[in-house]
Amino acid sequence: MIHVELVKMLRRPRTWITILLLNALPTLVAVLLAVTDIGPQPGEGPAFLSAVLTDGKLFPLAALAIVLPLFMPVAVAVVAGDAVAGEASGGTLRYLLTRPVGRTRLLVAKLVSVIAFVLLAVVVVAAVGYVVGRLLLGGGDATGLVTGVSGSSLTSTQLVERTLMSIVYVTLSMLGVAAMALMLSTMTDSAVGAALGALAFLIASTLLLTLDAAAALQPYLPTRYWLSFVDLFRDPILWRDIDRGVLLQGVYVLVFLGVAWANFTTKDITS
Amino acid sequence: MSDAVIATRGLTKRYGPVLAVDGIDLDVRAGDVYGFLGANGSGKTTTVRILLGLVLATSGEAEVLGARMPRSAKRVLPQVGTLVEGPAAYPHLSGRANLALFDALGSARRGRRARVDDVLERVGLGLAGDRRVRGYSLGMRQRLGLAAALLRAPRLLVLDEPTNGLDPQGIREMRDLLLGLNHEGTTIFLSSHLLAEVEQMCTRVGVLDRGRLVVQDRLASLRAPTGRTVVVTPDGDRALGLLDGRVDLREGERLVVRGSDPAELNRLLVDGGVRVRELAPERRGLEQVVLEATTDPHHVGASR
Repeated sequence: MIHVELVKMLRRPRTWITILLLNALPTLVAVLLAVTDIGPQPGEGPAFLSAVLTDGKLFPLAALAIVLPLFMPVAVAVVAGDAVAGEASGGTLRYLLTRPVGRTRLLVAKLVSVIAFVLLAVVVVAAVGYVVGRLLLGGGDATGLVTGVSGSSLTSTQLVERTLMSIVYVTLSMLGVAAMALMLSTMTDSAVGAALGALAFLIASTLLLTLDAAAALQPYLPTRYWLSFVDLFRDPILWRDIDRGVLLQGVYVLVFLGVAWANFTTKDITS
Repeated sequence: MSDAVIATRGLTKRYGPVLAVDGIDLDVRAGDVYGFLGANGSGKTTTVRILLGLVLATSGEAEVLGARMPRSAKRVLPQVGTLVEGPAAYPHLSGRANLALFDALGSARRGRRARVDDVLERVGLGLAGDRRVRGYSLGMRQRLGLAAALLRAPRLLVLDEPTNGLDPQGIREMRDLLLGLNHEGTTIFLSSHLLAEVEQMCTRVGVLDRGRLVVQDRLASLRAPTGRTVVVTPDGDRALGLLDGRVDLREGERLVVRGSDPAELNRLLVDGGVRVRELAPERRGLEQVVLEATTDPHHVGASR
């Protein structure tokens, strides 16, 4: 079942168009920076962007930081929101379930396929970011050292390690979105409805983060620690927010998936 | 229970205040072509979905191929081919790729190509198999849906309106295919609102009316002679005199006469100088059976 879902995801034109579009904005940003040579001041604009003019090797992280707040959640919500609701509205859900595929197995396969999509999207954005950064932006200094966020130098090995950790962290952050959209996807036959529902949740979270009156809620909001992967590039690594982010996303994923499972396995399939 | 393929007892499904299925006792036996008739909204599809484990019954029991549903779905459903409320496929893939993906759910890779080719051929999609489903007509999608149902050589076929969208030629091919499968031992449960279709194919009939099963019998019994004989003659007046009160109905040249022996009646008429053009025992049509059994007859068969 899982490999069937993976094949379906990979053979779908939408998957590749989405990934293509995800890469369009960071690439445009890189081109603009290279052509104009005007970088944002340190501390302004998306994370890492002020550093990429001198060192293109940081651009994968800048690219992730660019797509993370909005583009990536939209893509993930669309794919995860479609997972069950899309099969329901297309009529294929009843044929999958009478083949038969157990409802729990179907949900697990959908989840794995969504995780694979998230990982694929994050890795492709990072990889394209690396290629674009090396081709268009600064080559770094000759010693092979890269300047981290806190000013000290990182070796190439450290940079690779920390970039991989960032990819895992961003993927986990997106899984919270995916779990939310997947849960809604089991509750409605409208894929668009499920995707927009998940996005509404994120927009609410983003809005509450700017509101001082919501300070008591802020540590529990899903988007609170999204950009904390930047802390991986401090020296030493600042683990506090990263740990909290991992824990928070873990709880969200478990709760949403639990509700999705409870709902889907007991529901009348009338689509 | 030995040859019961589908058996339900008091099967009931309630949606809020509405009783969609109201205590029905289905009895489908091995080798049947069972026609499940009912108006739109009479509960046919809900019943089919309960049998397949898609919808959970409010009360009552359902057994398919001798095992309880939905509890034994894993064991039962691999032996059942389904076509429920229209076919469905992924539009961006070819018919062949759709069948291969479907086959990959629970069947070994070995022999997949041959299985897919075989069912495509059987439903007459051999040439269109490599085209994307997006470009298929409704009839082609219907054939593809049936092909998917046949992939595992099922013991039971549960088909909901299988001829929907097919042209007359396609309907005939579908009918021949299904009767051939039935001849090889496949039991067929055919839900339909087309009386003619059911009358031509089915051996047993169940009629659903507002969630209740109002008729369930062999088609041959339902259509048994009524004990009257239909006579067509140009000499109506003379026949009327001769038969002396035995004529129940006269419509032009057509007379309905009490008495179940056409031979005896024929001699009486011919000896009396009445020219007989046609003479046959009266049988009830399925339409009549359904109309008599249902409270809201206007919907049944309306789209014939």
